[in-house]
Amino acid sequence: MIDIYNELTSIVDKDFVSNKPEELYIYGRDPGLMPAHEPEYVVMPSTVEEVQAIVRLANREKIAIVPKGGGLSLTGLVIPQKGGILLDMKKMDRIIEINEKGSYALIEGGTTHGALKSHLLKNYPHLRHSIPDSPPIATVVANAVIHGQGRLTQQRGFNSDMVCGLEVVLPTGEVCKIGTSAVSDYWFSKGAPLPDLSSLFFGWCGTTGIITKMAVKLYPCKKLRDVMLFLTDRAELVPDIMLKLGRTEMIEDLVVTAQPIPLRYAGNYYILFYITGDSEEELEYKRKYCWHTLWEYFEKRDGGFVSLVPEMKAPLLSMPSKDTTRFADVSKGGGFEYSGPIAPIEKYAVYVKKLEELAVKYNLYYSSAARMIDGGHSMMFSFSYTFNRADAQTMKRAKQALDEAAEYALDNGGVMWKPNLDEQKITIRKMDPNTLELMTRIKKLLDPNGIMNPGNWEVL
Amino acid sequence: MKRYQSQIHRCFRCGYCKFPTDYSAYNCPAYSRFRFDTYSTGGRLWLIYAWLKGEVPWSEHLAEILYTCTTCKNCVEQCPMKFAPEIVDWIIEARSDMVEQGKIPARVKRFLESVYNYGNPLKKTAAERLPWTKGLKKYKEGTQYLLFLGCLASYEEATREMVENCVKALDEAGVSYGTLGDDETCCGNEVYAMGEMELSKQLAEKNISKFKELGVKSVITLCPHGYNIMKNQYQNMGYPFEVLHYSQVLAKHADEIARKVEGEVKGKKVTYHDPCYLGRHNKLYETPRKAIAAHNGFELVEMPRNRRDAFCCGGGSGNFINDYLAGSKDSPARIRVREAAETGAGILAVACPGCLIMLKEAVKTENLEDRLQVMDLATVIAKSK
Ligand SMILES: Cc1cc2nc3c(=O)[nH]c(=O)nc-3n(C[C@H](O)[C@H](O)[C@H](O)COP(=O)(O)OP(=O)(O)OC[C@H]3O[C@@H](n4cnc5c(N)ncnc54)[C@H](O)[C@@H]3O)c2cc1C
Ligand code: SF4
Ligand code: SF4
Repeated sequence: MIDIYNELTSIVDKDFVSNKPEELYIYGRDPGLMPAHEPEYVVMPSTVEEVQAIVRLANREKIAIVPKGGGLSLTGLVIPQKGGILLDMKKMDRIIEINEKGSYALIEGGTTHGALKSHLLKNYPHLRHSIPDSPPIATVVANAVIHGQGRLTQQRGFNSDMVCGLEVVLPTGEVCKIGTSAVSDYWFSKGAPLPDLSSLFFGWCGTTGIITKMAVKLYPCKKLRDVMLFLTDRAELVPDIMLKLGRTEMIEDLVVTAQPIPLRYAGNYYILFYITGDSEEELEYKRKYCWHTLWEYFEKRDGGFVSLVPEMKAPLLSMPSKDTTRFADVSKGGGFEYSGPIAPIEKYAVYVKKLEELAVKYNLYYSSAARMIDGGHSMMFSFSYTFNRADAQTMKRAKQALDEAAEYALDNGGVMWKPNLDEQKITIRKMDPNTLELMTRIKKLLDPNGIMNPGNWEVL
Repeated sequence: MKRYQSQIHRCFRCGYCKFPTDYSAYNCPAYSRFRFDTYSTGGRLWLIYAWLKGEVPWSEHLAEILYTCTTCKNCVEQCPMKFAPEIVDWIIEARSDMVEQGKIPARVKRFLESVYNYGNPLKKTAAERLPWTKGLKKYKEGTQYLLFLGCLASYEEATREMVENCVKALDEAGVSYGTLGDDETCCGNEVYAMGEMELSKQLAEKNISKFKELGVKSVITLCPHGYNIMKNQYQNMGYPFEVLHYSQVLAKHADEIARKVEGEVKGKKVTYHDPCYLGRHNKLYETPRKAIAAHNGFELVEMPRNRRDAFCCGGGSGNFINDYLAGSKDSPARIRVREAAETGAGILAVACPGCLIMLKEAVKTENLEDRLQVMDLATVIAKSK
């Protein structure tokens, strides 16, 4: 019998290979609600050659491989459903190049959002990337793999839309460049003018290859940033307000929050949006413009601006927002998870009603953040519920609420984002059979032995 | 039930605690060294909870994961949750459960046995105190300060300059001081951090009874670890007294010991490494800097990670002896001296005998001896003549 552990330690420094119960335990679960399942090995590669050698070994022995970044997608996407090798990518964390004139950063497959943000701020303060509000350990690659959304998503689309090139180790072990870097020394586009192959790796949840390098677009970082807050108690007005603000083309990010506590939040919808400028004059112009844009709601007594003192602004302006993470401890239970459909913004009011209904039905504490995507083409609406890790009952109830939310969202125009296994199943059930067939063929072609993150998108 | 048992499930494993404030590097020394999530704060807390629930059995590896935590409190600074101030207490409480069950890793066992048998973790008898400490005046009633040396300064040769120059500075400052001599016993800070609460209490009681007997009103410690336990625990044990870290005395008496920077250190930039037990544990960030800056001519440069974001040398919680984080280019002390060298500083100033030993060794391993000298604050000042 072949000794996989020894083979792995002949590829990667033995300090970074483990088959001990402690590592298997930790890498067998994520902070969300999907059941645990442990890998047999945890490995931390440092180079693309090491990744290749591991993939070849896994192929030969038909062992599962699951790539992992920060493990914060919360929906069990990095729980190794079929055991095998868990690849913690975070040792591949170099920022290889900042191409200032080409406005992109070339990074490795385990570089964190925190590290990229910090590097830019220190060395290229005039440039920024689209940072999500996930904790800073989330990797830039994994976030794009699941079509994450960041602080520039309102203006520029999904974070995966802001990718401009990949290097991937295919499930069969070849290293493959995707985008202009396949032909040129420059990583300026993930597809155009070539056939765009990048979509073979986004939305697939690590089932089609391991991304070892990625280029992401950088955008101007204006000198000043401010946040504004508009409040309404009429959920049905929220989509129009979002759209009106989006169409000013003056706002950076827009998130609508709904939650029952603190009490002043109950029954209100908080529309937070950000403006940026290179001078106070520019900022003031935008402030006024946004103010005028929403004036009609104020006149009809349907809403109004909330003035924010500096202490309130500081946490709202920080990136990522620690407040988002704090939600996990509001009921002192250490857990929350969200079902996050990507949906038409016109669905805001019905989704929020469902969110509240489910919270009552399952006796849970809720919150929702709806981030506008690409000027209003869609939104990510989170049905978020907390649970107590020490209380199996709350965990069960939260999972039931999330399952119901997902069913509801799918029946009401939404498509599940970073879907867990159950959500993948219901998505597949609803999917156009020809689309499903195409996905099946692609998966088979790329991963003939079915070793990549098996269990996920298992369309057969 | 210990408090941690009812609270530890609250960790979300979000990983904020892996970073400093600006996310520029990993700042949990154990995570930086080992890089498996098991060695991060969140991983450690989840493993403790799993052990409590019986999902992970005790093993030497599990215990080592717990003891690679240097109790540096970076996680306490960075965790966004309300429970953040308690994190290190939870880890220590879990260790205390292991201690109570006799389930501790080999090096920790040796450390504790040595303190138990010898009154210090270095297996030395009082007679083996270093010669230059033996020569120091003994404390007698009426002396202004009791100078508490601590185990490393009493028995580790590498701290010689530190001891000698501290004493010199105190002389120059014109204060009177004396030591406990052979009667000094381990302060108990590390023993406490390792979860041996009972032994720590006994050590504290022993030292306090000596303080009482001699009528000590003020103590100067050389070691931030001693400063910490005296300031935060001895004080609650029925005999109040003033505790100062020597850097506070240097800063207070800067005028009396004032230097124009000359000699060996002239023209060299100095960077200061905040010891965890002075900085994050006790919020003394500016005083040690003032102790150097008060002397005309020093150019103080900061490492990117400083003050509340300082990167631990890897020595806390007894690791300056147990050294669970050694053996790699990613060992915290080696990372830290590389960071210090990158500032262009010629001197890495420290305020803790543990950091001094760890970082001196790392400078050698990293072949940085030509570029970087590690010295404690008093030595930096002494050499500026
Ligand atoms: C408090 C909180 C706030 C959040 N806010 C946001 C937000 O604002 N925007 C947002 O988009 N998300 C958010 N999230 C969700 C999630 O944390 C992020 O999307 C995060 O970026 C996911 O990255 P990760 O590194 O944690 O991914 P992981 O969970 O580690 O991985 C995600 C997927 O990518 C795959 N993968 C990982 N690395 C590779 C690789 N190198 N090659 C191929 N596949 C790979 C994995 O197999 C998995 O399928 C939030 C989560 C939390 C807990
Ligand atoms: S200790 Fe705090 S910061 Fe660290 S993982 Fe747990 S919740 Fe997050
Ligand atoms: S105290 Fe320091 S070493 Fe221990 S878990 Fe926290 S950050 Fe890591």
